Amino acid sequence: MFSFIKEFLVFLKERKKFILWPIITVLALCGILIILSEGSVVAPFIYSIF
Amino acid sequence: MNSILGISAFYHDSAAALIQDGKIIAAAQEERFSRKKHDARYPRNAVEYVLKEGNIKLNDLDQIVFFEKPFLKFERLLETYLAFAPRGFKSFSMSMPIWLREKLFQKKFLFDKLKSHDHNFNNIDKIKFSEHHFSHAASAFFPSPFEEAVVLTLDGVGEWATTTVAIGRGNELKMIREIFFPHSLGLLYSAFTYYTGFKVNSGEYKVMGLAPYGRPKYKDLIIDKILDLKQDGTFKLNMDYFNYATGLTMTNKKFSDLFGQPVRDPKKDKLTQFHMDIAASIQSVTEEIVIKITKSLSKEFKIKNLCLAGGVALNCVANGKILKEKIFENVWIQPAAGDAGGSLGAALGYWYKELKKPRNLLIDQMKGSYLGPKFENDEISILLKSLKANYKKLSYEELINVTAKNLANNKTVGWFQGRMEFGPRALGGRSILADPRSEKMQKELNLKIKFRESFRPFAPSVLREDLSTWFDLNYDSPYMLLVADVKKEKQIKMSESDQRLFGIDKLNVKRSTVPAITHVDYSARIQTVHKDTNPRYYDLINEFKKITDCPVLVNTSFNVRGEPIVCSVEDAFNCFMGTNLDILVIEDFVLLKSEQDPSLLKDYRNKFELD
Repeated sequence: MFSFIKEFLVFLKERKKFILWPIITVLALCGILIILSEGSVVAPFIYSIF
Repeated sequence: MNSILGISAFYHDSAAALIQDGKIIAAAQEERFSRKKHDARYPRNAVEYVLKEGNIKLNDLDQIVFFEKPFLKFERLLETYLAFAPRGFKSFSMSMPIWLREKLFQKKFLFDKLKSHDHNFNNIDKIKFSEHHFSHAASAFFPSPFEEAVVLTLDGVGEWATTTVAIGRGNELKMIREIFFPHSLGLLYSAFTYYTGFKVNSGEYKVMGLAPYGRPKYKDLIIDKILDLKQDGTFKLNMDYFNYATGLTMTNKKFSDLFGQPVRDPKKDKLTQFHMDIAASIQSVTEEIVIKITKSLSKEFKIKNLCLAGGVALNCVANGKILKEKIFENVWIQPAAGDAGGSLGAALGYWYKELKKPRNLLIDQMKGSYLGPKFENDEISILLKSLKANYKKLSYEELINVTAKNLANNKTVGWFQGRMEFGPRALGGRSILADPRSEKMQKELNLKIKFRESFRPFAPSVLREDLSTWFDLNYDSPYMLLVADVKKEKQIKMSESDQRLFGIDKLNVKRSTVPAITHVDYSARIQTVHKDTNPRYYDLINEFKKITDCPVLVNTSFNVRGEPIVCSVEDAFNCFMGTNLDILVIEDFVLLKSEQDPSLLKDYRNKFELD
């Protein structure tokens, strides 16, 4: 996972598409929710939030 | 020894290719093994095969190169959704979970899949990524016989690029021009494929085959309304007429209104003259764009060689026109010009660009495109026994003689010889062969053997030395990617009443002395056969020529509609027993349908999903 984050940050830095940063941040948060909501102990809490 | 595995996957036509010390060892599409047409899944079987052919374990590979860059593709998707927002929210909400769960993590995903071939594989850093259009361009230039060439790739879309121009010199390949998504010639053609009721990414051939039945009535309308075409061939699409950037269909209501008819529903709407005229119009527009681009490139760079790849490079009618107009002195087209060939380009690109290896051998490196699996006689005999087939083993001379005689007697032959072809064309390795002189053959092959639409044309294989006696062409076309007219002397002039016929009725008119391979506009998609790349096929046609004085055979892929081309002995036997093929020839073995156990006949017509 860390190598992925590192590679993705290098990619963002290289491409300099700053306009995409807000949407990527939101998607990253959604991504974390997707991962956490799949069979994790925190899933019930996420479901109650939504 | 350096070994590089190239992989293309996850969009359509996944494939694997292996190169060792820069030489192409093997390449194959996954669909041939999985028996699922255009299979886009991870190419497990194809990878397994190329490793076996190269006699190497996965952990011993030096690099594994994926044919495109997922981060760049993700960037394109996000920017496109932003540009079109709030339109496209449905498509956005459908695609994002897949990206966030899987596609963004392609390196890890690939690593896990690769590990299943060899548990000792533990170096994720061996996995590299190439750009989609660089992979295409590399597949077109590096195996070509040219020291220097203009390399044009025309495709649907990769990451951002849809059309690129590169200059290849020695072992260098520099991208110099790009047209970006959503402006795409491939997607424009696919939009019309969708509009005429065919499947996108597979029905484009049908549009090309349908075009000669129509007139390009709508060409001006297309150029006026939906295309901004410049003199140098560069173009922009008017996105008001399309839905593919953010929607779930290719075209929208405005597009249908422009031409006056809704999208054809293949389940209930018949093909009419309107659809033929639409096909003729988009084909003509495509040719005009390709000709304009190539003319301006030739004028600008003054290089005499052109290499082509990308899905649009499979449009052999447009390719034939480039050659006919003598825009470039030499043209070489990658036989696996679609995404499958990206696997080979990714591997070759890494060898020359990243490892900076010299490129010395300036001959066609594709080995006739016979880069797939081969079966030995001992193995075939065991397999045929297990399939309860009735067969005979013949000597080489007998085999050639018996097959040629049967072809001359109007029999249809399944021809399974040597290594399987890489790319969409059957080139005499996994082919169905027939006599082109027969008037009924085109209809018979389409309806009784291929179970496909009767309008679809068949291609000829011709001995290279007889090419210009029979066709209006004098240029090698070993990969069946050039279209030219049947020679005037061989054509039969249409009567006045014949000329008044419309659409598919033209099919019943005898158009030449080889009617089965002559399309309604007298054109043919030609494969030249060369003794050095396929001696057995060459000898067969030569023998047929001795009997009939005709050095041409009908050559169509060994499959039925919707089925991937046969790969194994079992696939060939199943197809033979499920269709009206008369004879099956597998290496030195001959099987006659009349001698097979009738209980082994199969219902094959509905086995494969229509394409």
